[in-house]
Amino acid sequence: MSTVANAGQLTTAEPRRPWAVSRSKRLLGFGRMLAFAVAAFVATILSPLANVDGWAVAFLLINLAWVIGIASKLGAKERRDAVLRVVITSLAVLAFVPWLSIFVTVILKGYRAIYPGYFISDMRTSTPDDELNIGGAGHAIVGSLVMVAIATVVTLPLGILTGIYLTEVRGRLTFLVRFIVQSMAGVPSVVAGLFIFATLVKSMGQYSGLAGGLALAVLMLPTVSRTAEEVLKLVPDDIRSAGYALGARQWRTALLVVLPTVRAGLSTAAILGVARVIGETAPLLLTSLNTNGLVWNPIGGTVASLPTYVFAMFMYGTEYSTARAWTGSLVLLALVFFFFIIARRLGNKSALKANANRRK
Amino acid sequence: MTQTQITTNQSANQQNGETSKFIGLETQGVHAWFGKHHALSNVSLRFPERTVTGLIGPSGCGKSTFIRLLNRMHEFIPSAAMAGSVLLNGSDIYAPEEDPAMIRLKVGMVFQKPNPFPAMTIRENVLAGIKLAHLKRSNHDEIVEQCLTRAGLWKEVKDRLQASGGSLSGGQQQRLCIARSLAVEPQVLLMDEPCSALDPGSTLRIEETIKELAEKITVIIVTHNMQQASRVSDYCAFFLTDGGPGYLVEADSTRKMFTNPTDSRTADYVQGKFG
Repeated sequence: MSTVANAGQLTTAEPRRPWAVSRSKRLLGFGRMLAFAVAAFVATILSPLANVDGWAVAFLLINLAWVIGIASKLGAKERRDAVLRVVITSLAVLAFVPWLSIFVTVILKGYRAIYPGYFISDMRTSTPDDELNIGGAGHAIVGSLVMVAIATVVTLPLGILTGIYLTEVRGRLTFLVRFIVQSMAGVPSVVAGLFIFATLVKSMGQYSGLAGGLALAVLMLPTVSRTAEEVLKLVPDDIRSAGYALGARQWRTALLVVLPTVRAGLSTAAILGVARVIGETAPLLLTSLNTNGLVWNPIGGTVASLPTYVFAMFMYGTEYSTARAWTGSLVLLALVFFFFIIARRLGNKSALKANANRRK
Repeated sequence: MTQTQITTNQSANQQNGETSKFIGLETQGVHAWFGKHHALSNVSLRFPERTVTGLIGPSGCGKSTFIRLLNRMHEFIPSAAMAGSVLLNGSDIYAPEEDPAMIRLKVGMVFQKPNPFPAMTIRENVLAGIKLAHLKRSNHDEIVEQCLTRAGLWKEVKDRLQASGGSLSGGQQQRLCIARSLAVEPQVLLMDEPCSALDPGSTLRIEETIKELAEKITVIIVTHNMQQASRVSDYCAFFLTDGGPGYLVEADSTRKMFTNPTDSRTADYVQGKFG
């Protein structure tokens, strides 16, 4: 019973988590949630409630009913805690519902027209009414990527320079520039399209991928500039001071010290901009329109894009064309999702964050 | 031994008086303001070449403001203003024709908080100043080894020069920052409480570094730590504020300041009676 004996015991200690919820309790909780979910599903069939949102409402109500049911067994504080927990959890689930609903709908309706050829063939030799195993959206995917690439090439340097002006140079026009960038973010997308239509399409005498890309650039610039500004603001001032104290001029400090520090964040800015504009339809209807064939040349007339492809297929209105439209939407959704995941991963890799994590 | 060398240097300068220019850094009647707030009043000090001067005094007495005036970092604060002159080897660094970037190249600075460039490796951090200031140097490997050795970090990092500067411990990061400042070969190195964020072991290591540096360059160090001031500095300057602007109480050799200061307030401060 001496302290020495206790010390001996420590060498054979097993790691455990006395604070963890026991497995049986966790299983019970999970089972209950599952039962409630099934009950909510049954309720949506039997009652006028319908669809995913109806299910969510039923789920919330059943949870509340359960809490009220067990409330008599609990003390006042426990009761309040339990009710609040159910309400907050259910509301969080509820906020998730529209997102899930869109996702599920697009997947359920969009998988039908998918076959490998969908991603590579165009609609030159097939009509929207044809069987779903011929034709595809390859031309629309290529068109979208080409135009988004043009928009990125134009926007990224401009957006980063704007960010640098707003955070590093802080010149006399800072207020004006920030005001313009912010109000540009509110420009209706059709107006951006109209602007390019009136300037470029009119003067070139034809619709083109370049015009589409530039219309997207107008919409993308505020997103990229503002994200770049936010990211540059995260760079601590002592890093800038260190640059100046080494005898560096401001532009060299901005270029060689500040920008590399937020390389990942600036990539995130670009990707967020891409995700913002890849689904834009209205400006493309005024600038690049749509076509049935695969077009790589950005100054060679009309170009297809995923949003205008989806629009055209829905407008056609037959069973098969609608199925193609849903699949186009699915591809678009997948692309945006893909870009967001890349943006998140890059954001986590940022040098600043890596530093902060190490210091923890 | 170093001590006597410095004394002779200084006395030689003093004998020549005003006829030859003072080698080292010198301030004449320096003031500083932030907007309407008068932060520092009338400081005249001489920092002879190859000496270490400790700036001591309670918080808010203008030591950091003063040190930032010495390499023109003060002017980065939008509302800042100054008066008086700062002479580097006899020429005013605030003269209109002087380029602040060139001044900062000659008068380097180490900050309170270690601030290595996070996107650069250890090696790139050391060479950053050369790249940033467009200096022509061909012997990069040599510079890296020499600067890291002088900063007392070489042995610890020589096998991982490609690691990120942020992967080092706080004390190592601060020594990396010292190495970075040395790579551009400054004549004066300003240190603003370089050890305040460090553990005793790293502090000791940096103090040794400072003593070694003083064989080649002038070091001016702000410190709140009396023991540190007495250990590393040849000269000490004591700043104080009575609620108004900070001012210089007295400056003398460290030995005199700690054993037999002229002003009773200095005696009280170094003995820890206030501050």
